[in-house]
Amino acid sequence: MSELIELTAAEAAAKVRAREIDAAELFEAYRARAAADELNAFTWVATEAPPADPESPLAGVPLAVKDLFCTEGVPSQAGSKILEGYRPPYTATVVANATRAGATLLAKTNQDEFAMGSSNENSAFGPVLNPWDRGRVPGGSSGGSAAAVAAGLTPWAFGTDTGGSIRQPAALCGIVGIKPTYGACSRWGMIAFASSLDQAGPFTRNVTDGALLLSHMVGHDPRDSTSVAMPEPISAPTAEDLKGIRLGVPEELLGGGDNGMGIEAGVRENFEATLKLAESLGATVDTCHLPHAPHALSAYYLIAPAEASANLARYDGVRYGLRVGGDTDLNTMYSRTRAEGFGPEVKRRIMLGTYALSSGYYDAYYGTALKVRTKISEDFRTVFGEFDFVVTPTSPWTAFELGAKTADPLAMYLNDFCTVPMSLAGIPGISIPSGLSDGLPVGFQLAGPAFSESRMIDAAYALEQAIGFDTSAARA
Amino acid sequence: MSLERAQVLHVAKLAKLELNDAEVEKMGVELSAVLEHVDRIRELDLGAVEPTSHAVDVAGVMRADEPQPCLDRDVILAAAPEPVDGAFGVPSPGPSEE
Repeated sequence: MSELIELTAAEAAAKVRAREIDAAELFEAYRARAAADELNAFTWVATEAPPADPESPLAGVPLAVKDLFCTEGVPSQAGSKILEGYRPPYTATVVANATRAGATLLAKTNQDEFAMGSSNENSAFGPVLNPWDRGRVPGGSSGGSAAAVAAGLTPWAFGTDTGGSIRQPAALCGIVGIKPTYGACSRWGMIAFASSLDQAGPFTRNVTDGALLLSHMVGHDPRDSTSVAMPEPISAPTAEDLKGIRLGVPEELLGGGDNGMGIEAGVRENFEATLKLAESLGATVDTCHLPHAPHALSAYYLIAPAEASANLARYDGVRYGLRVGGDTDLNTMYSRTRAEGFGPEVKRRIMLGTYALSSGYYDAYYGTALKVRTKISEDFRTVFGEFDFVVTPTSPWTAFELGAKTADPLAMYLNDFCTVPMSLAGIPGISIPSGLSDGLPVGFQLAGPAFSESRMIDAAYALEQAIGFDTSAARA
Repeated sequence: MSLERAQVLHVAKLAKLELNDAEVEKMGVELSAVLEHVDRIRELDLGAVEPTSHAVDVAGVMRADEPQPCLDRDVILAAAPEPVDGAFGVPSPGPSEE
């Protein structure tokens, strides 16, 4: 059975197609591991294998999906008490895309509530533990998906990334995570946090699996008017080197500083070593400038909560989910339902967002943040005139201890300063494991222009092969 | 930018969130700290800049205004806390607020 677990998703699919292994046996191998999980990575696990089609592209390979993706008849709770037990009457487009290609639904994964968090400590269903060190966080908000892939409880998983919620947990768990271009994946059926930022994406053990899964997620969806057809299909990566690739290191993010946006020494060391490796593969590495990047976090923590305050207004006890005070009056029912159903971080962000949008403050806060977003997008466009990819450490530090950053919301927000600029600009980013620092995984991020997924994935692949990171350590 | 109790209560009312006294106080402190950090963007000179609400430009995405099939009423009401006569039952509004 353990040999089945050691196969990558692509290898497993090929073996199922060749009738060398049985899809039901593969599913059961993972299902048993998921059911015995001690990391609290799951909110629901299948009790039996669905039928599989060995001829299909994904050949019945099991897939775990973040709790916030609507999956018909299966609990979809976005990590929140306000949706506890909710079973949607429909399935999210990206999940349907994957199952149509042959993936089988293994489990729903635990997450920070409504995708708000960077440590998976904000879930109503308890924190998720990092398989590399169970006293530490896996990152968030897609902590369950990341931990599950890293621990070999699922071959691959879906997450969502709004300000870094795929890339950062991928980095902290030593696996690959991709946030595609905004619009590449349909958001229909994805329980919304911030509509102009949310994107679905894959967590995988390696870049090849990432490309494979992503290629079966993307596509224009008439039910999501922000979804866009990829100009070219996402191809399997083949690059053997980085000759001719120009990598830009943004000085404003890497310069260190007294505003809390510093990079841990071990992470910086690994980043520099990875850059040297890239150069040995033929890449050129130079400083680039994203002048407004230091303000990205501020803009993000105005735009995202503002959009969240609108998106979460629907949780009012009327149509679905928790209801409290149904025997009082309407307004009291709304307020009490929301007070009891939402966790502290969600309440904080709803309050922040409501304030930023309220009369007298809209222009100063939300309006200004949208202008900062314009400048950040412009900064990236300018940089991509001279560079192929922007590179940064994905996370400023390795996995921190449970409880270490929960006392100060701002300290938690600082996890995201290398990932939010890409989110605001809508451009794709990938995190690959680039080594260990004091025994904990470090992630390396590449970001490219909008719709450059194939080229970005190809470059990441070449680097991945040269790094030779061993993901099996966390699967023990 | 420090939030006063009255402001926190006003925003909580807009957000339809019931907060107890301890929560109101804590929220004021926490939000003030975040606002102090994000306030720095107001120092930037952004006068002539156009705001961006949607980073990746798309056009012509509206579909024809034709009715499409939608979910069955019974399916939707199956998740409702209090279905009443094919509708969502809710308590009456209380006395109107000041």
